[in-house]
Amino acid sequence: MAMHQPLAQEVTAPAPKLGRAIVVTSGKGGVGKTTTTANLGTALAQRGAKVALVDADVGLRNLDIVLGLESRVKYHVLDVLEDKVSLDEALVPDKHSETLVLLAAAQAREKDEVDTEKMRALMQRLREHYDYVLIDCPAGIELGFKNAIVGADEAIVVCTPEVSAVRDVDRVVGLLGNRFKPQLIINRLRPQLVKKGKMLSVEDVNAILRLPLLGVIADEPEIIITTNKGEPLALRHDSETANAYHAIAARIAGEDVAAPAPELKESLIDKLGSFFGGKRA
Amino acid sequence: MIDWVKKIFGGPTSSSTAKERLRLVLMTDHLALAPDIIENMKRDLIDVISRYVEVDRDKVEVNFEREDRALAMLANIPIVSVNRPNPPPEPPRVPPTLSGPPPRRRRRKKPQTQNPATAH
Repeated sequence: MAMHQPLAQEVTAPAPKLGRAIVVTSGKGGVGKTTTTANLGTALAQRGAKVALVDADVGLRNLDIVLGLESRVKYHVLDVLEDKVSLDEALVPDKHSETLVLLAAAQAREKDEVDTEKMRALMQRLREHYDYVLIDCPAGIELGFKNAIVGADEAIVVCTPEVSAVRDVDRVVGLLGNRFKPQLIINRLRPQLVKKGKMLSVEDVNAILRLPLLGVIADEPEIIITTNKGEPLALRHDSETANAYHAIAARIAGEDVAAPAPELKESLIDKLGSFFGGKRA
Repeated sequence: MIDWVKKIFGGPTSSSTAKERLRLVLMTDHLALAPDIIENMKRDLIDVISRYVEVDRDKVEVNFEREDRALAMLANIPIVSVNRPNPPPEPPRVPPTLSGPPPRRRRRKKPQTQNPATAH
C-alpha cells in the first residue's frame, strides 16, 4: 500500500506496513494443518521474518505441542480477547526461532465463546507488529472456521491425496471465495504409491481443485519424529522435506523458486518389481 | 491365465477408481450447493415443454441420481393436456378438420349485434 502513495507523504508520515495474515485451512481434520503451520512459521522465521502463529482451534489446542512450547503457555487467545491479559503477555516466544511467537488457543473453552469482531481486531493488531500472521484453522466449516478466517486476507489450503480431503478442500475453497486467493499445499504424498497407481497424483488432485500450487510435502517419517519431539523439521536444512518447507516459505515470501515436489527414490527391488509388472490394485 | 494377463497389462488402478469417485462426488456436491441453478433449470425446462403440452407446474420433480459411473438427471413432468395452451405463431402444417372454437373477437361482437335485434 505504502508504495503507491506519493513520495512526499511517505517521507513525512510513513503508513504502518501491515503484515500478511494467512489462514491455514483444509475442511477435513488430520491432513496436517497444524504441522504445516508450525513448519511454515519456523521456515519464515528462519528467513528473518517476524512471525506470529495463532492457534484458532479453541478447545483442541495443539500448535503449542508441535512447536514444543506446551510448558510455556500461560495465557491464550480468549484471555486476550476478553482483556484479561495484554497481547504481549499472551504471546509465547519460540524456543528455537527468535522472531517467532505463538498465541495459543484456549483448551478448556469452546469455539462459540470467541467474539468474531474482536478476533478480527486482534489479527489486525498482530499484523501491525509481525510480517506474517499464520492462523491454524480448526477442522470443519462452522463457527471455528469463520473465526479463524475473519482476520485473514490470504489462505493456504492443505490437502492430502485422498478423495475425502479433496472433496473437503473443494468445499472450503467455495466457502472462502476469491477474497482469500487460496493456494494449495499437497501434504503426505507418497511418490512410490503414485507411481504404482495406488495414490492420487499431484496432477489428479489439482485437475480438480485448480489452485496455485505452493508445493508438495512427502509423507516422511521424519515429520512424525520431529513432531514427537516438538522440534519442527523446518529448523533443519539437511533433509529434502525440510527444504520443501523452506522452498514453500520462499514462495510465500514472493521468491521465484520452483514448487517443491518429492522425488521418487527407487530401490533396486522396486525397479525389478516394476520391470516385471508389479501387481496393481 | 486371465489373472496373468491382467497383471501384465494392468486393470484399473485404485487411484483411477479414486479419481472417478472424486469426479462424481464433486458433481453431486456442486449440484447440491447450487439450488438456485437447479430451480432456474427446472423453470426453463417447464417453459420449453409447456410450448408443446400443458404440464402441471406444481408437480414437476427434478432429481439427480448417481449411477455406477455417471450422474443422471431425472425429470418427472406430469402432462395435463396435449391441447396446446398457447398455439405457436407459425401456421399448422395440416389444416384442421374439426372446426375449433371461433376466434375471440367474433364472440365479443356477437352480443353487440344481438342487442339491436332484441330491441326491435
